[in-house]
Amino acid sequence: MRIETPAAQCGPFAHDLVSIPRTMGLVILALVPATLFGLVQFGWPAIWLFLATLAGALLAEILSLWLAGKPIRPDLSDGTALLTGWLLAMTLPPWAPWWIGVIGGLLAIVVAKQVFGGVGQNLFNPAMVARVALLIAFPAEMTRFVAPTPLFSAEAPGLVESLGITFGGQGFDAFTGATVLGQVRTELGQGEMLANILPDLYAPFSGAVGTVAGSLGETSALLLLLGGVFLLYKRVITWHIPVSLLGTIAVLATLMHLIDPAHYAGALYHLVSGATLLGAFFIATDPVTSPVSARGQLLFGAGCGLLIYVIRTWAGYPEGVAFAVLLMNACAPLIDHYVKPRVYGRDRRGQPLEYPNDAETSR
Amino acid sequence: MKLFKIRGGVHPDDRKRLASEQPIETLPLPDLLHIPLQQHIGAPASPAVRRGQRVAKGDLLAQGQGMISAPVHAPTSGRIMGVGQYPAHHASGLSVPTITLQPDGEDRWSDAIQGVDDPFALEPEAIAARVAAAGIVGLGGATFPSAVKLDLRKRYTIQTLVINGAECEPYLTCDDRLMREHSEAVIDGIRIMAQALGVTQIVIGIEDNKPQAQAAMAVAASIDPNIRIARLPTRYPMGSEKHLVQTLTGRETPARGLTADIGVVVHNPATAFAVHEALRFGYPLVARVVTVSGSAISRPANVRVPLGTRVQDLIAHCGGFKEEPTRLISGGPMMGQPLPSTRVPMVKGSNGVLALTAAETGQSDVRPCIRCATCVQACPCGLVPLEMVAHIHAGDLEGAVKRGLMDCIGCGSCAYVCPGHIPLVQFLNHAKGEMAARGRSKQKQMETKRLAEQRTARMEAIKRAKREQMEQRKREMAARKKAEAEAAQQAAAATTEPVASETES
Repeated sequence: MRIETPAAQCGPFAHDLVSIPRTMGLVILALVPATLFGLVQFGWPAIWLFLATLAGALLAEILSLWLAGKPIRPDLSDGTALLTGWLLAMTLPPWAPWWIGVIGGLLAIVVAKQVFGGVGQNLFNPAMVARVALLIAFPAEMTRFVAPTPLFSAEAPGLVESLGITFGGQGFDAFTGATVLGQVRTELGQGEMLANILPDLYAPFSGAVGTVAGSLGETSALLLLLGGVFLLYKRVITWHIPVSLLGTIAVLATLMHLIDPAHYAGALYHLVSGATLLGAFFIATDPVTSPVSARGQLLFGAGCGLLIYVIRTWAGYPEGVAFAVLLMNACAPLIDHYVKPRVYGRDRRGQPLEYPNDAETSR
Repeated sequence: MKLFKIRGGVHPDDRKRLASEQPIETLPLPDLLHIPLQQHIGAPASPAVRRGQRVAKGDLLAQGQGMISAPVHAPTSGRIMGVGQYPAHHASGLSVPTITLQPDGEDRWSDAIQGVDDPFALEPEAIAARVAAAGIVGLGGATFPSAVKLDLRKRYTIQTLVINGAECEPYLTCDDRLMREHSEAVIDGIRIMAQALGVTQIVIGIEDNKPQAQAAMAVAASIDPNIRIARLPTRYPMGSEKHLVQTLTGRETPARGLTADIGVVVHNPATAFAVHEALRFGYPLVARVVTVSGSAISRPANVRVPLGTRVQDLIAHCGGFKEEPTRLISGGPMMGQPLPSTRVPMVKGSNGVLALTAAETGQSDVRPCIRCATCVQACPCGLVPLEMVAHIHAGDLEGAVKRGLMDCIGCGSCAYVCPGHIPLVQFLNHAKGEMAARGRSKQKQMETKRLAEQRTARMEAIKRAKREQMEQRKREMAARKKAEAEAAQQAAAATTEPVASETES
């Protein structure tokens, strides 16, 4: 009875039940409620756009891997491309034409991910790169939002009509609406007071549930929060980025609201509208493009929150999550360079700890 | 007692159930024992027996050499078959100097074996000397000669003796069983060690997944009010010496230092048991308790094994393999090392033999790093493994050192949680080994340079001496010539005075 084991290799010879496909699967699972809500709320055109975006991302991944001569199956099966496409679709106007989704998928995977070397190598969040590129290249399509017309409701477009909207380039003026952030922005620009604008437009309740005009998967704050809590519970993400991001927005909004309530909305308005929650739990927490240390993540989240508030309030766009995350992505390597955990037995500067006036210094 | 938090760590499935309820059994004497001369950290022992010689159990086989070393004794009575080379208990499988002993079956102790009536009447030095002579080393796996640690009080001020009963590695239950079944002997050994160290505070740390051991030790410890039992939370690597001390005292050991720097010495319960046997009965360390476990083992067990027993004899005693294991490991699954074959002998530091199936090792394809930072969260030393490994991967070992490579304790928590199944420890160990090799070659270069410089200086001195000699000779020659010339002159002058010369002749 003698056996020869395989070539020597270091331990550990035990492993936690984790893998990259599992992690990606959990994130997608966390996105499902908000996504389903968006798809039902915005009907068939949204479903077509969603599928077109996923197809665009997956095709781009296959094409890039094939061109790079890498094995396709293992990289495709890790679920990262699917997740990127999914996240991008959630940030698109739900009735945008199909080619917005496909081009977005291509941009996200080819330009933002594979060109950098594939999984784990990209500096910027692929979904946000694609979203910003689309917003700048196709501003009309990217800002045409619709009021909710739930699937099978009377106003909802039928199957054939929806094919026309997504694939046929048909207009849909009858249904256009604006996002709360966009509308408030426009009317504030016209010199209106916040107190006059908001009551018609905005109720925290509908904002939280999500029955408002907005991007495909961003409208339901509650379902996104649910997904985020699920990720925290499953330890896929840690609390640092979401809490510091949301906290910074809340503090700034409250502060400005206290100073000038006529022009600056309160914290709840900022937290439930736009992409705040999607960004806090799903975009800014992208591991590849965020810092690795806990303190670095706090800094990163706070930076995102600050930029989101600044862009929304004073810059040229009504929504700033994508820009804020990309700007902070650029800072992540710098943060990682300067903000590190303290090494055991050393002080923050890396010198061995000393215990003064103690017997043990009698070495 | 109040416990402090440590950073990071992981919670592996402990799988101790496999062997934890198996009482310690004694292995029947195998046909042959292969006893390596180096079973400890430090200089190898030098053989003190010849081929063909008969030895009794406990006779000295090899003498420790130098400050940090340990002697090796005969695990049973029998005949020395040879002093040669045999595959080591090491992943490399390389052969090392080994004494082969054929047991005669009598298992007869040497007549010289004699214990001490009252170890507490001995001087600390005398206790340490007896521990050294018994060949006792750290039995938790580190195998550092215990007597050296008992002598630390000469250079440090030691206040506390900590007994590391954490046994945080999954599967292993040998310390657990020892503390349950021989709690009084272990406590006795602990008190003897405390006497040698001259300390009054004793803390025994046992993880919460061993409630019976905690209870048994608490009962046995009631004879000494200085002993406290700490119920440690179950978390890997609680048994890391420095982290255990931090949990108990709240203080971190300074980087590059020893726990003795903060007044603490840590020993293992199995070491305490060996000290008890050495002092009370005079028995040297010739056997140890080993956990044989893993899903591929038919009958997991805790076995008291004579040192030098081949792994195959041990596994055969445990019913052999149920199925073909994918990994055969010495020690625990987190920090243990793969064994190259079942022929290798058991040594002082082997606390476990695990035969693991593929399902247990959780092996999977390696995927690229997604910077998820779970390794950063898991690292108990506050390092950033993903960054160090990226530098090592790129060949920048200096960069890895700058990021704390040498502060890594190699616990494997990072690799355990990595969703990409990246062999982080492999990279880190490779870099540590490479840096050590570079250090050695640098030292060698400096030594060569020093020798070369010395040689040049010596040659110079020789040349100078020769030159001086030459000049000396020249001077002498010149002096002689001058003298001759003078003599000749005088002679010439003499010829000018022929009268005198004639008168003289």
